[in-house]
Amino acid sequence: MEHKRAMERRAFLKGTLGAASLVALAGCDNLTQSSWFPGILNKAEKLTDLVQRAVTPVGALAREYTEADISRVFPANGNTDPGTKDYAEMTRNNFADWDLLIDGLVTTPMMFSLAAVKDMPARTQITRHDCVEGWSAIGKWTGVPLGDLLRKVQPLPSAKYAVFYCADVDDEGIPYYESMALQDCYHPQTILAYELNGKPLDIPHGAPLRLRFERQLGYKQAKYVERIELVDSLADIGGGKGGYWEDQGYEWYAGI
Amino acid sequence: MAHLQQVEPDLNDVPDTVDIPIPSSMTATPDTSAPENPPAQTIERVYRHTLPVRLGHWLNVVCLFILIMSGLQIFNAHPALYWGDRSDRDKPLLSIRPMRTESGEMRGITTILGHKFDTTGVLGYSNGSGRAFPAWATIPSARWLAMGRRWHLFFAWVFVINGLLFMAYALISRHVTRDLAPTGKDLRSIGKAINDHVRLRHPSGEEAKRYNVLQKLAYVGVLFGLAPLIILTGLTMSPTIDTAFPWLLSIFGGRQAARTIHFIACFAFVGFIVIHVSQVILTGVFNNVRSMVTGWFVIKHEHEGARHGA
Repeated sequence: MEHKRAMERRAFLKGTLGAASLVALAGCDNLTQSSWFPGILNKAEKLTDLVQRAVTPVGALAREYTEADISRVFPANGNTDPGTKDYAEMTRNNFADWDLLIDGLVTTPMMFSLAAVKDMPARTQITRHDCVEGWSAIGKWTGVPLGDLLRKVQPLPSAKYAVFYCADVDDEGIPYYESMALQDCYHPQTILAYELNGKPLDIPHGAPLRLRFERQLGYKQAKYVERIELVDSLADIGGGKGGYWEDQGYEWYAGI
Repeated sequence: MAHLQQVEPDLNDVPDTVDIPIPSSMTATPDTSAPENPPAQTIERVYRHTLPVRLGHWLNVVCLFILIMSGLQIFNAHPALYWGDRSDRDKPLLSIRPMRTESGEMRGITTILGHKFDTTGVLGYSNGSGRAFPAWATIPSARWLAMGRRWHLFFAWVFVINGLLFMAYALISRHVTRDLAPTGKDLRSIGKAINDHVRLRHPSGEEAKRYNVLQKLAYVGVLFGLAPLIILTGLTMSPTIDTAFPWLLSIFGGRQAARTIHFIACFAFVGFIVIHVSQVILTGVFNNVRSMVTGWFVIKHEHEGARHGA
């Protein structure tokens, strides 16, 4: 009798706990869909940005690996081919006509041919690429430090962000773009890469020029870069969140 | 008939140093007020959990619920684990994936260290969709990595701040040294404690006023072991933190190893919660929950003399 009552009580409690967690889950889904709650969740991004910048020395380098650590297969995520007519045109003569424009809040806007970019002193680094999905891949990147390019165009003091415009569009024709804080552009490992593992960048990995911003997640590493604009606000560009993925709800500060 | 013995709240919440007057009914002389019908037991109320402990506890309930389920949402974006720094997709330690059989049927296959298990219905394939953890286990329930991350990283902050405040309080108020740290006597009695727990015999009376040795070890293990481990492995997955503190990569064996340890630590938390909640239920759910809400815990003292005399 005593035992049976205990069993009944246990079943009741188990049911109650189960029901409570289902209600809590449904509550979380309601909060997710509400107009106000995601705004509160998003506040964590600013806190993470502030704290991570405070504890990370400006010049601290991402770990660099050895040749032996390089991933056998480096997955290509997102768009693996811009697929536009203009881009297809560029591939025909191996991007010889590719130009990189740097403009916006700069003293002298400049156009760099791909050859001119490759003529500048290069940096090679074997680094880890961390995708927001959770996987990592290690690759050897060669490119020109972004800081060297920016020193040529001389940013104005009002410039706060660098916006990267990409040659690819999504299925709905929305162009890809990304942005980063100007201070991060001068980090020694921030490069515009044109080689992966000793070979010219292939199309899935962002030929002919793609960003490597080693201290943040993969979706910040803009591919097919054709223009860099320095701005003081991201509000009027694209969806206003600072990047294609940011406009889809991902954090602009992608340090974690 | 029961005697109600009220004890003044002790601000330091130190059950084993609370000065509890011995109820007259517990002394050798039987309670003279009711000589015909001596009380079978005396009920004593003790102030067991201070406000900071209670607040910290319930915040942790919310945080862990959300962190675990939003974490599973994030895991679903790439449902495989590896060791080292990179993801060699041909040799994961664990993967949970939907697979199509030769007959065209969808099955959920969980692969652990090369061993395949059919986990259709829960892992890999559930409710007609291919997803590692099912909709009822993730926040949000739909597949939505960006929103899962928003939940996870917000409540990770709440969890960390709450944990740091609790730790500071527990050290300053000496909650750690007085109530949580196992004593030598505790450790010597560990065999008996395990034996008692296995037989579902739980401490009662005076014994129930303080944490038993298994409780102490569990709480100390979570507070100083599991919680720091899950926070540090979480931080090791941050490429920015890895540049600031590269030793994190070294101690955990790489970013993907840290992700694997983070996942295992998550299920260690799930295990802790399951055991914790079942102990709460077994030792009196109402009394336990009330003590974690109001602070007051009721202890029943069996009256030896009365029991024999009755």
